[in-house]
Amino acid sequence: MNHLSNGRMKRVPEPELIFTKSKKGRVGANIPTCSTPAVDLSEAIGDLREDLHLPEVSELDTIRHFTNLSQINYGIETGFYPLGSCTMKYNPKINEATARLAGFANLHPMQPVETIPGALELLLGVQEMLQEITGFDNITLQPLAGAHGEMTCLMLIKAYHESRGEGETRKVVLVPDSAHGTNPASAARCGYSVKSIPTDANGNTDLEALEKALDSNVAALMLTNPSTLGLFEPNIEKICRMVHEAGGQVFCDGANMNAMVGTTRPGDHGFDCMHLNLHKTFSTPHGGGGPGCGAIGLQAHLEPFLPVPVIRRGSEGEVMADYSRHHSIGRVSAFYGQFLMEVRAFTYLRAYGKEKMADISRYSVLNANYVRARLKDVLPPAHDRPCMHECILTAEKYKKEHGIRALDISKRLIDYGFHPPTNYFPLIVPECLMIEPTETETKETLDMFCDAMIAICHEAIENPDALHHAPSTAMVGRLDETLAVKQLDVRWIPAAKETAGV
Amino acid sequence: MPYVPHTPEDVEAMLATIGASSIDELFREIPENLRVAPGALNLPSALDEHKLFGELKRLAAKNTALDEVTCFLGAGIYDRFIPASVSAIISRGEFLTSYTPYQPEASQGYLQTIYEFQSMIAEIFGTDIANASMYDGSTSMAEAAIMSTGLKNRDKVAVSEAVHPHYRQVLDTYCWSMGIEVVVLKTEDGVTKNLSAAEGCASIILQSPNFFGQIEDLSAHRAACDTDGSMMIVVADPFACALMKAPGAYGADIVVGEGQPMGVAMGLGGPMVGLFGCKKELVRHIPGRIVGRTKEMDGGREGFVMTLRTREQDIRREKATSNICTNEALMALANTVYMTAMGKNGLQSVAESSIRNARYALSKLEEAGAKRVYGGKFFAEFVIELPVSAKAVRDALLERGILAGLPLGDYYGGRENQLLVAVTEIRTKDEIDRFASELASVLSSATSQVEVKA
Amino acid sequence: MANVPAELKYTKSHEWVRVEGDTVTIGITEFAQSELGDVVYVDLPAVGRTLAVEEVFGSVESVKTVSDLYAPVAGEVVEANTLLTSQSELVNSDPYGQGFMIKVKVSGELPSDLLDASGYEALIG
Repeated sequence: MNHLSNGRMKRVPEPELIFTKSKKGRVGANIPTCSTPAVDLSEAIGDLREDLHLPEVSELDTIRHFTNLSQINYGIETGFYPLGSCTMKYNPKINEATARLAGFANLHPMQPVETIPGALELLLGVQEMLQEITGFDNITLQPLAGAHGEMTCLMLIKAYHESRGEGETRKVVLVPDSAHGTNPASAARCGYSVKSIPTDANGNTDLEALEKALDSNVAALMLTNPSTLGLFEPNIEKICRMVHEAGGQVFCDGANMNAMVGTTRPGDHGFDCMHLNLHKTFSTPHGGGGPGCGAIGLQAHLEPFLPVPVIRRGSEGEVMADYSRHHSIGRVSAFYGQFLMEVRAFTYLRAYGKEKMADISRYSVLNANYVRARLKDVLPPAHDRPCMHECILTAEKYKKEHGIRALDISKRLIDYGFHPPTNYFPLIVPECLMIEPTETETKETLDMFCDAMIAICHEAIENPDALHHAPSTAMVGRLDETLAVKQLDVRWIPAAKETAGV
Repeated sequence: MPYVPHTPEDVEAMLATIGASSIDELFREIPENLRVAPGALNLPSALDEHKLFGELKRLAAKNTALDEVTCFLGAGIYDRFIPASVSAIISRGEFLTSYTPYQPEASQGYLQTIYEFQSMIAEIFGTDIANASMYDGSTSMAEAAIMSTGLKNRDKVAVSEAVHPHYRQVLDTYCWSMGIEVVVLKTEDGVTKNLSAAEGCASIILQSPNFFGQIEDLSAHRAACDTDGSMMIVVADPFACALMKAPGAYGADIVVGEGQPMGVAMGLGGPMVGLFGCKKELVRHIPGRIVGRTKEMDGGREGFVMTLRTREQDIRREKATSNICTNEALMALANTVYMTAMGKNGLQSVAESSIRNARYALSKLEEAGAKRVYGGKFFAEFVIELPVSAKAVRDALLERGILAGLPLGDYYGGRENQLLVAVTEIRTKDEIDRFASELASVLSSATSQVEVKA
Repeated sequence: MANVPAELKYTKSHEWVRVEGDTVTIGITEFAQSELGDVVYVDLPAVGRTLAVEEVFGSVESVKTVSDLYAPVAGEVVEANTLLTSQSELVNSDPYGQGFMIKVKVSGELPSDLLDASGYEALIG
């Protein structure tokens, strides 16, 4: 890329906080007028507040402020975003159009259920398609995000053990050392203690260690498949059998479902339940870190415990929201889950359909293996096996020989116009770079990215300072995170309060 | 498929680089008995974009959207004005299609909006600080309750029966899984009384204005918490806070709420956005993300980063303050644009208009034969008693294009004739007058007919 | 090579122990602080708390990691270093002095598996 240089590029002025643009009396919206009689406010509602320091800016300044901020933010629509484990695929525009239809967007969650038959039909449609894709007996769309889905699965497992009189004894959840942090955190949220299971030299679950850990105290094993190493667990059926024989349940972390869509079904592998991230696999936009959308799949023995409402067909074939579930764990979210995200997922699923669904896994796996093959000479893969939808590479030799860390390579990528991959995860791979290209990228984009990675690896040897000082073209250079913690500044404070010592 | 760009030549070249003969070969580690042939799943056929949009329009048209009726239904989700600027900004791909800002240099835009969001929510709630948002109001409240049990080392929490019933159900689920007991506090005349029943609880949770629209006595709430050494948690409405003395000013330890009414589509209740503010000394214990302002390592520029990350699941794993991973960034951005566009004047105007409209509506509905159930101060929502089943009245009014409110019978036993009515700033005098006259007409035909639908 | 004072005892989890009569002072080693990087927060127990050997008594945090602190001895906490509340960087700049964590009045014998300086040097290689 010819615009690169090692010196700092001339930058646009630093963006100001919206509060500094405020001037008393300005307003940025054409506010609804009121046609009913005035009332005495303090008589009506009691003690009034003295001040309210919110911005007072014009509509144009509102738009400019946020437009300018968007221009210093990187999204999939800006460029290639190979953030491993996050499945940053294209989010089709038609999904946005359908989610904005008034017949979906303008529904109140507590309006009579008889007035939302189309919404219920859509929810059931998503459930039925996900059921077929995952191979589970049932699906609920109640969880609001991936971690929320994990937690809901563990709640189902907890209720299941309680129903069998084993709630008091089964208190341990097994989690591989390669797992996402949400797994142990979700287990803790359900009152479980966590035991870590090591990964063997090939990147598979250590079966001997698993065997030793399995006893009558184990409630569940939480397994990510394909693992966070980007590898399919070839012993998956055996692992599920081992856990079941010990009386435990097996949860599948579905973060990596993109590798399996249309090609293999976790419900067939022996799992009892799994969570899906519709914001990863089924293209609902990540939105800067939410809304997530966390459907879960489960086998029939867990069905009695499903959270309410359960969307299903009634005796007349009509779609209903069922609340009369005596063994239900209750509500995990206030209403029907992330409904407008389900509209997007439904749109996406119907666009692919039966004929093309497998394209998702086939081309995402092809793209990941292509990147892996192109980079293997400069950044060796952590394991010598075909990867699934993401490849895990290690920059260890650059750290040892040139003092360059994976993070330095990532920061330099920003200068080349790409979003960095995931760094330092999974924790068990030293100087880890986790690259997930997704199926929606062209060969040309992948080639440009690989060319940049190769160039950076050469720079690491010949001109390491370029990496240490990267990024040099972004809005800001590397930020002082120690200062951020030690002099915690998490809100703007109005001058009036500052002088009052608040 | 426009989303998958591979040509046959691309595939051939890529496989050659990889050293594989086919895409199938890349899946060889999946045991053969677990593989499905491409196209073999029993799914509906793919639709082209035109037919797809048609199918979605067909489903959408089967629902009664709230622009087809006049909405007096609230109960925590409100039909409020949304400036066009909100949708314009949250539709921008740079925001919409970005991920959690793990790489701050590539995400300064979003990080700054979150910092601004935290500042505005803390200001509205009257708390020292606020986090980057939670999934929704209900989970925000449950997280606050769980946080209190850890801080106070007590294994029960108290919640008023006048807190949104769905929030309480979510709290019950969360607490069941953690082995935490939930004590329910009773109300008298629509507000929570007998706070001493919460003795030994880690926290007392009140909502104000509460589910019935009534304003709770937050001074008494604070005093009860002080007496027993428990934490004061308030579920608040940002619009009520824009005019009233904020919960933080009453000394609330944690203030939570639902951000939907500030620029987020109702969307059948999802996605929403949970608000979470608290005292600054609690900052290391709070769930969710926090953005902080800092400086460059080797330069003078200011910038923003996610901070206090060691609380979070990816670092602290099973000892994390919560399992939450994301915040609800896009909806928080909608809130931020809304609070900016509307500003101080806009938020206060919305609150005041709602208060005026609600009082006007109450007087007209009383004239039409409804009776207000509670005395005391209320915000912009109120409960009325009808001479007949509230559900029957609601259904009859819906046929006349009015969504009258929420019948309380499903939530509170013995209240089958009670209706919870919300009046927002966008309801007009004419709409309220029509509500009242249609109610009068429904009631007169109901009382004249013996066989009213129960 | 990290500084490992000869007069102190050490644990495998990188705490150091200075014995003075029946009271011991406990901190983390220079090696430990350099592995952690800039220390931004130290969570310490209340005075009066009784600790068992290897019980977690607190934690020390940098920006990206957090490490639990394990009690090298059993006893009662008689002092927690309040200076660290506002100056956690002392753990980095003076780990064996002003950056100590706690003082404990020992109950019973010192555990026999505490390392001496040469043993600890061998551990951190």
